[in-house]
Amino acid sequence: MTLLLNIALDGIAYGMILFLVAVGLSVTMGLMRVVNLAHGGFALMGGALAHWAGADLGLGFWPALACAILGTVALALPLERLVYRRIYGFGELQQVLATIGLTFIVIAAVNRWQGSALLPVPLPETLSRTVDLGFRTLPAHRIAVILCGLGVILGLWLLLDRTRFGIRLRAAVDNRAIASAHGIVTDRIYMATFGLGAALAALGGVLGAELLPVDAYYPLRYMVLFLMVVAVGGMGSVTGSFAAALGLGITETAARYLVPDMATFAFYGIVILVLALRPQGLMGRIA
Amino acid sequence: MTEGLVVRGLSKRFGGLVVSDGLDFDLPPGARKALIGPNGAGKSTFANLVTGIHAPSSGSIRFDGADISDMDETARVRLGIAKTFQITTLFTGLTVRENLRLAVLERERRGFRLFCRADGDPEVEAEIAALMDQLALEPLADRVVERLAYGQQRLVELAMTLALKPRVLILDEPAAGVPGSETHLITDAIEALPADLAVLIIEHDMELVFRVARSIVVLVAGRILTEGTPAQIASDPQVRELYLGGAHG
Amino acid sequence: MKRALPFILLLAGTAAMYLLMPYNLAFATRILVMGIFVLSIDLVLGFAGIATLGQAAMYGAGAYAAALFAAHAWAEPVAGLAVGAAAGAVVALLSGLVLMRASGLTLIMLTIAVAALLAETANRARDLTGGADGLRVAFGPVLGLWEFDFIGQTGFCYAAAVGACVLGLLALVARSPFGLSLRGLQSSPARMAAIGAPVYPRRVAAYTLGGAIAGIAGALSAQVAGLVSLETFSFTLSAEALVMLILGGTGRLWGALLGTVLFMFAHHYAAAADPFNWLFAIGALVMVVVFVLPGGLLSLPGALKGGRHD
Repeated sequence: MTLLLNIALDGIAYGMILFLVAVGLSVTMGLMRVVNLAHGGFALMGGALAHWAGADLGLGFWPALACAILGTVALALPLERLVYRRIYGFGELQQVLATIGLTFIVIAAVNRWQGSALLPVPLPETLSRTVDLGFRTLPAHRIAVILCGLGVILGLWLLLDRTRFGIRLRAAVDNRAIASAHGIVTDRIYMATFGLGAALAALGGVLGAELLPVDAYYPLRYMVLFLMVVAVGGMGSVTGSFAAALGLGITETAARYLVPDMATFAFYGIVILVLALRPQGLMGRIA
Repeated sequence: MTEGLVVRGLSKRFGGLVVSDGLDFDLPPGARKALIGPNGAGKSTFANLVTGIHAPSSGSIRFDGADISDMDETARVRLGIAKTFQITTLFTGLTVRENLRLAVLERERRGFRLFCRADGDPEVEAEIAALMDQLALEPLADRVVERLAYGQQRLVELAMTLALKPRVLILDEPAAGVPGSETHLITDAIEALPADLAVLIIEHDMELVFRVARSIVVLVAGRILTEGTPAQIASDPQVRELYLGGAHG
Repeated sequence: MKRALPFILLLAGTAAMYLLMPYNLAFATRILVMGIFVLSIDLVLGFAGIATLGQAAMYGAGAYAAALFAAHAWAEPVAGLAVGAAAGAVVALLSGLVLMRASGLTLIMLTIAVAALLAETANRARDLTGGADGLRVAFGPVLGLWEFDFIGQTGFCYAAAVGACVLGLLALVARSPFGLSLRGLQSSPARMAAIGAPVYPRRVAAYTLGGAIAGIAGALSAQVAGLVSLETFSFTLSAEALVMLILGGTGRLWGALLGTVLFMFAHHYAAAADPFNWLFAIGALVMVVVFVLPGGLLSLPGALKGGRHD
C-alpha cells in the first residue's frame, strides 16, 4: 500500500515536472504546428536568466523567476518575428533542422555568457523545507511543482477554451486565410502564442531544474524527452500532453520502484506502443 | 450483359454523415458514363470507394465477377481499375518522361528491381514515346512536371493513368482548372480511348459530359436520382431543377 | 567526361587524404565511415523521403553485431561487414514494419525512440556489450592478408574500398527502377498508390536497404577503431549525419559526400579550437542552408547561375 502511494506520489511529481517543461512545446508545436526543437533552448534561457538574476543580481527566487520568464519572452518575440514566421510553412524536416540550428546557437550563446557549468537557482526557505505526509516526507518544492502544474493546465484550459484569444487562436490555426478574412490578426496571435510557449518553457526550466538540472547542454539533453511527451499526448492537445506527461512519469517511476533496470525500457516501450497504435497521439486529432 | 464493374448497395458514412447511400451502379466494358451532381453529392467519395481509397461501410463492389470490396488501392489498380485525381497529383520533381516511366515500370511490377537501369528497356521507352505522342506531350518530355501549365499537367496525369493499361478508367473532373483553350486536348484524348475500356467521368463541364458520355448518372445527396442517355437527362425536369438550373442559372 | 568528373575528384580527394595526412589517417578513416553512414541516410531520406532522426539505430546495431561476431565467432573483417549489414537490415526491417506506417512528426519521434531503446538495451546487456565502458575487440587481418596497423594505413585503404563499393552500389540503385520508385515515393505517395505501387512494402524495403548500409558503416567504424561504444546509438550521431546530408544536398549521392567532408573537416579543426564557437558556426550554417539554400551546397552553382539545371 505504501509502495503504491509512493509510486503515485513520486510519479505524479515527476509527471508534473515533465508536463511543466513540455507544455510550452505543446503550445508552440501542437497549436501552431511548428516542430520546435529549440523549445529546450527557451527553457535554458529561462534557467540561465534565473541563475544570473539570483547569483549576479542577488535577487530572491520569485523575482528571479519573474525575471527569467519576462526575459525569455523578450528574447522569444523578436525570434518569432525574424525566424519562426518564416518556418511555419516549411515541411517537418526543414522545421526540425532550422530549430536544431537555432538550438545550437542558443547553447553557444548561453555558454559564452554563463559558462558550461551547472546553473543552479537556490530555492527559497519555504520551498526547501520537507513536509511530513504521515507515511513519508516530501520536499515542499515537489508539492509546489504539482500545484503549479495543476494551475498551468487550468489556466491554459481557461485561456484556450473560454476566452476570445483562445477562439481566435484556434481559428487562426485551423485556417489562416479564413481567419484573416474574418479580421483576425493572425500575425499577432501567432506572436502572442509563441510568447506564451516561451514563457511556459522558462517556467518549466526553472521549476523543473531540481530533477532536470540546467546547464548549457540542457536543450540537447532533454530535447527528445520533451518531444516524446508532446508526440505521445497528441499534437494540438494541451490536455493530451498533460495525460502523456503524467502517464509516462508514473510508468517510469513505477518501473524504477519495481524493476529498476527496466525503467528506460518502460518509457520508450510505452512511447513506441502508443505511437504505433495511435500515430496521432493519445488525444491528437486525425490529420 | 458482360460483367465489368458492378456496384450493389454501396454506402459510406463518415461518423454520422452519410455520403453514399445504397448506390447501385454498373460499368460494363466499353461504357462511357458520366457521373454528375451538385457539389457535396458524394461524387468523389464514390470514385474513392471504387478505387479503394476509402473502405465502404456496407454494400459490395464486384469486378468481372470477383468481390473486390476488401481489396486495397494497389491491388485494385493492378486489376485494372485506375483513376485520375480531382486535384492533379503527379511526381512534381520528375520529368514527364520519368513520370510515365515510373507508371509503366510499376504496371510491369518492376519496382523492386535494383540492378538494371530504369531507362534501359527499349520496349518501355517505346511505349512511353507512344503515350506522349498520343497526348501531344512529346515537346514537354524532358521538362520537370512542376514547371508545366496546369492543362499540360492534366494531360500528363491522363497519360500516366493510360500507361497503367486500365480496363476501368475513372476520371475525376479531368477538365477542372484547365483553360478553355486547352479543354479540347482532354476531350480529344478521351474520345480516342480504346473502345473496350470502361470509362466513368465525374465532371462539371456539361459540354464535355454531353460530348463524351453515352449515359449519365445523376447523384444527389449520396443517392442516385436518375440515370439515362444525355438526351433523357437534358430533358428531365427534375435534373434541370436540381442541377443544370443551378449550374447555368 | 562531365559524368566522370565527380569520380575523379573523389578518387583524387581520397588519395590526397592518404598522402597529405599520414599521421592523421584515423581521422581520414572516420570521414570515410561517416560518408557511408550519411549515404545510407541519403537513400532513406533524400531518395525515399522517409524523415528519420534515428538512423544510428542501425549504425549501432551493425557496430555491435560486427564486434560480437569477431569476439565470439570469426575475427575476419569482411565477414564482419556482412554480419553488420545483416544486423542493420534486420533492425530496420523489424522497426520499419511498424515505423513505415507513420509519417511526419510521429515518424521522426518513432525513429528516435527505436535508437534510444537499442542504446538502453546495449547499456543493460553489460555482460555482452560492456555497457557504458564500451566493447574492445581485436579484428583479424582483412581477408586474412592485411593486418590492421597502428598508423591506420590498412584501416584507411580498407574503409576506402568499402566506401567505393557502397557508392557504386548506390549509384546503381539510384538509376534502377527501384531508385526511380523511391523518388516517386518521396514526391507523392498518393500517386504511387494510384499507379498500383505497393507503397508500404516499398518504404520498408528502402528503410531496410538503408539500414543495411548504415550497418556496414557501423561495422566498419568498430573494425577500424577496434572499439564500440554506446555513442554509436546516440541521437547526436543521427542528428549530425543529417546535418551533413542537408549541408551537401539531399537526394544526390555527391551531396551526401560533399556535406560529410566539409562538416568533418570543419568539426575537426574548429571544434578542437573552441567547441562552443563551433556549435555557433554549425547552428548558423544549418539555418542558412535551410532558409537560403534548401538544395544544399551542391545546388549552389545552379543557384548562382539563376536557375536549376536538371
